[in-house]
Amino acid sequence: MPEHPPVTDWVHDFDHTDPHWTENPYPIWDELRAASPVVHTDRFLGCYMPTTYEAVREIAHDTTHFSSRRVIVRDVRPPITNTAPPITSDPPEHKPAKQLLLPPFTPDAMKKLEPRVRAICNELIDEFIAEGKCDAAARYTKHIPVRAIAHMLGIPEKDSDQFIKWIHEILELGIKDDATMMRAVQEMTGYFHGHIEARKKNPTDDLITTMMNARDKSGQPLSDGHVLGSLRLLLIAGIDTTWSAIGASLWHLAKTPADRERLIAEPELMPTAIEELLRAYAPVTMAREVMKDTVISGCPVKSGNMVLLSFPSANRDPAMFPDADKVVIDRKENRHAAFGLGIHRCVGSNLARMEMTVAIEEWLKRIPDFGLDPASQVRWSEGTVRGPRQLPVLFGKSA
Amino acid sequence: MAGKLKIHIDQDKCQGHARCKALAPELFELDEFGNAHETGDGSVPAGLEDKAWLAKANCPEIAIEVTEE
Ligand code: SF4
Repeated sequence: MPEHPPVTDWVHDFDHTDPHWTENPYPIWDELRAASPVVHTDRFLGCYMPTTYEAVREIAHDTTHFSSRRVIVRDVRPPITNTAPPITSDPPEHKPAKQLLLPPFTPDAMKKLEPRVRAICNELIDEFIAEGKCDAAARYTKHIPVRAIAHMLGIPEKDSDQFIKWIHEILELGIKDDATMMRAVQEMTGYFHGHIEARKKNPTDDLITTMMNARDKSGQPLSDGHVLGSLRLLLIAGIDTTWSAIGASLWHLAKTPADRERLIAEPELMPTAIEELLRAYAPVTMAREVMKDTVISGCPVKSGNMVLLSFPSANRDPAMFPDADKVVIDRKENRHAAFGLGIHRCVGSNLARMEMTVAIEEWLKRIPDFGLDPASQVRWSEGTVRGPRQLPVLFGKSA
Repeated sequence: MAGKLKIHIDQDKCQGHARCKALAPELFELDEFGNAHETGDGSVPAGLEDKAWLAKANCPEIAIEVTEE
């Protein structure tokens, strides 16, 4: 496992796995943005990071110079295997792969799923509310997306802990540890393979079956490899991300009683508040690989490097958002990029919004007063997806 | 008095973020892939002008045009 020496020069030698970045990246991004719209590090075999909204937007829309075949910035660049279409696809393969996944995730489809998600939230709260405190990341936010996606895929919700383990190994440990990542991907693939085989004998009515029944333009079914890749994507992308978004939102509400009270008094603010929390604490940073030299926001960008495509940093760009560093829960104009921009717009964005809304509504209904537990620490994840992994809170007025 | 408003979505730019539909359900419809179309011919009924501007200001892809007739 390669060592990562501590960062002393953020502008020329940044590292998104450095503990300072993990703990509080916002001042670091401000420093990088003040230095240049695009910065570079020699770490990760060479990597750029666009720091402004405009530079992020340019790269996200440029599928000619930037490929999505690698979506995580890591220490190694192994041969491309285990793809997860459409997120790892470039045009022209991208569009048909994505169109297969879009219909199950429209806002209307999400409305049908909403009652199950409300029930999941309340089942979870039932388990800890009497204790007067909990680690909201470990006991609440973590379980909501994984159970919701399991419900959609038609796999047992009780397998959730296994999924959470794989995701941790792929998205966090996998940045520095190739063997762990490959093993997790393989285990996950084997798991889904079993479900595909079972459905060949006994068809069901769920998202796995939908994928298996999908036909491409020429009427051919998708290969097992494509189905497996998309299932991997749905599980990997569907869990950590929304877990992090809900967790960061609760973290904000725990330490900001004014916003909490206002949301309870004015529930009609919920939609703008959710967008603002998504802007301010956008969990997902994607990657691109530079395929051809180009220029972004006046900065030369050379092929062979990776790009840390930081949607969260774009969302904090004061040139795009007045008071970018403040959370304004009734912010009216909010073109945030939390779900990406361009053709790779998150397929699950409507699901994520619904889960965030329901998770926060149900929590506030039952635990209107809560605060961070001063006796314990909040711990944030490392890498591609940022969110609280440990979020100890106390319930009640005294908190 | 300002003239009547009309909205138009650039289909090449729309990526189905569905922000417009959430903010102005009267003015936008989503297809089976979640991409948006303007309702009817895009004319904005009286009283919904603010919603039209709000949707435009929140589309992450800058895909919505609002014009005054
Ligand atoms: S907000 Fe913009 S990108 Fe999203 S559906 Fe509406 S027009 Fe399309």
